[in-house]
Amino acid sequence: MDFRLTDRHEALRTEIRACIDAHIDDEVIARAHRTGANHCVELAKALGDVGLLAQAMPGEGQDPMAMWMLSSEAEKAGAPFDSVGMALVIAGVLNAAGTPSQNQRVTAALLAGEEFVCFGLTEPDGGSDLPAISTRAVRDGDEWVINGSKMWTTMAQVSDWVFLLTRTDPDAGRYGGFTVFIILMDTPGISADPIHTMSTERSNVTFYDDVRVGDEWVVGEANEGWQVVSIMFGFERGIANTGALTPLLRRFAQWAAHTGVIADPVHREHMAQVAIDAQVAELLTQRTAWTAAVGEPSGTQGSIAKVFATEAYQRHARWAQAAAGPEGLLGLGESGAAAEGWIDHDVRHSVPQTFQGGTTEINRNNIAERHLGLPRAR
Amino acid sequence: MALDFSLSADQEAIADTFGAFFAKESPVDVVRAAEPLGYSPQLWQKLRSLEAPGMAAPDQEGGGGATLSALVVVAEALGEAIAPVPLIEHWVASRACPAPEIVSGERIAAIALRPADADGTWRLVPGGAVADVVVGLDGGELVAVHSPAPMAAPSNHGSAPLADRSAREGDRVVLGEASELDPLLDMWRVLTAAALVGIAERAMRMGVDYVLERHQFGRPIGSFQAIQHGLADLPALVDGGRFLAHKAAWAFDEGMVDGAGVIDMDEGNVTEFAPLAAMAMLHAADAAAVSTDRSLHYHGGYGFSLEYDIQLYFRRARGWANIVGDPSRERRRLADLLWGPAKAMAGR
Repeated sequence: MDFRLTDRHEALRTEIRACIDAHIDDEVIARAHRTGANHCVELAKALGDVGLLAQAMPGEGQDPMAMWMLSSEAEKAGAPFDSVGMALVIAGVLNAAGTPSQNQRVTAALLAGEEFVCFGLTEPDGGSDLPAISTRAVRDGDEWVINGSKMWTTMAQVSDWVFLLTRTDPDAGRYGGFTVFIILMDTPGISADPIHTMSTERSNVTFYDDVRVGDEWVVGEANEGWQVVSIMFGFERGIANTGALTPLLRRFAQWAAHTGVIADPVHREHMAQVAIDAQVAELLTQRTAWTAAVGEPSGTQGSIAKVFATEAYQRHARWAQAAAGPEGLLGLGESGAAAEGWIDHDVRHSVPQTFQGGTTEINRNNIAERHLGLPRAR
Repeated sequence: MALDFSLSADQEAIADTFGAFFAKESPVDVVRAAEPLGYSPQLWQKLRSLEAPGMAAPDQEGGGGATLSALVVVAEALGEAIAPVPLIEHWVASRACPAPEIVSGERIAAIALRPADADGTWRLVPGGAVADVVVGLDGGELVAVHSPAPMAAPSNHGSAPLADRSAREGDRVVLGEASELDPLLDMWRVLTAAALVGIAERAMRMGVDYVLERHQFGRPIGSFQAIQHGLADLPALVDGGRFLAHKAAWAFDEGMVDGAGVIDMDEGNVTEFAPLAAMAMLHAADAAAVSTDRSLHYHGGYGFSLEYDIQLYFRRARGWANIVGDPSRERRRLADLLWGPAKAMAGR
């Protein structure tokens, strides 16, 4: 085993940092939390301009280490990055399964950091059981007519596109008869209502009311949409959004040094445990990226990294809040807040982390069945 | 060089050799026959035929001069088989005291993890019950004491060959200053971590095998989600422990010692050997404890019956880990390594 990053990766990290440092400051971060959109156009464009988004896009022949590094540096800096992370995933799916004209029109704009995309997957009655969705696309002449609604369409309010999973043949079996579309959000018939969350992040419910689109916006083959979303799930898991422990610990340690709490042996003991779990989360994430990079399936390793990292994040954020006492309850930007309110933010933010990319339970099913070889339980 | 989570060709060869060796020569009936002392002289002799006892000693002393990255692979195989030999302690002691009879394995060496007390006694030395030579601290010096092995151990949780040994009585040689023990202890932590990873890995596999075989309510209990999810937590702990042990060994082999490596907590970047060794040991101890606990539990009542093998692993997971001392104190020691000593930071 070898744990050294190549010079090329170190140079890449330097380049990513330069972009983040040039475009992210306290005001940009505060704006993201105020508006509920974990999104910064300036950062996205800067990353796109120097080709970093094209390098970080997931997919065959791509470098998964670049995606890990971009996500990890953004997490460390607290940079609003979610919209870019989502754009990278969809760019990777379109690159793998889209048409040349979709790639020319959509993928290029996503990788330039100029346009953004939200995921229209989950529905009120189709969450972890995604094949249970009921949004329909029906053929009408040369067009498709889409009706239905989607939950958790996070970033819909800043997105140019929606990546939409629909049923086109309800009689084609559990995984048959799905069709994926990539659709402009300003297409008539699409609307969004906000879902405000206990984290600062705003999500949305989106409605599709007689939305008419042509065949040119079908991703992959009609009725073969499950293959398209399966590509996406492979990209989404265990490489991004696993690095939150490092900034949590950094901010807690700074606060603890400032207040003198760092001399408390009980707190020191727990800080050491957070440092261990941060190392483990990073190693498991690097292993997922490395496995994908050498061309092997990394799906269960992604689940392993994601479950460990997101659960450790929740556990340690809650510890940090308790350890900070009443000041740990104060929110971002409040005077007197422990770690400028980041600890309270971490407790809130760590909650949705165990749902994004599949719930912890779905990921445990995946590990049990596909890594340990236990029988299918559903 | 670049990030690589696969074993190198050399490591693969070592893993194959020692995996096959322990599977053949240290099956569970050998482990059971060696209880309660926790030592099989026959197995030690077979290790000598592989020249395993001398692997860690410098090659200019006739040893194998093996890297720590190679030794962790052997240690994990030893842990998987819970092999009743004090190979890890012997290796570590042989780094400080590479006498020919130790390098050859004719005499067994052990390492005292704690300084001798005021009476000149090293308490509960791992491997001490069977060692002809003990290396440890006494009166501010690193010494080696040659004296007859008691060949008896107090009954203990992990059936380990522990014993109190005198730091004064016997043939006593001063090896160096007290500070020379620190890298030896860190080496012991990394190798013991690797052995605990082997325990955790094997216990997980035993649990999976059992829940597939055991039927209740007309189906294998491994088809129940409550059990699946308990087992699904284990790969992260096992793999994380393995990678930490390998990263610590890599850091040592790359010379990341005495401040040559990085400790940057703002970036979460740690390549210095000593904190990585501490992390590896603490995490592997937890991984082995959780893995053996869950696996034993899913064996139901059979799990705590002596007839079933999982209890052998459960006891060693704790017995091999806690010998280094209270994990809370080890974590505070790690905090000192990462953030500097507590007092220096207070009130800053």
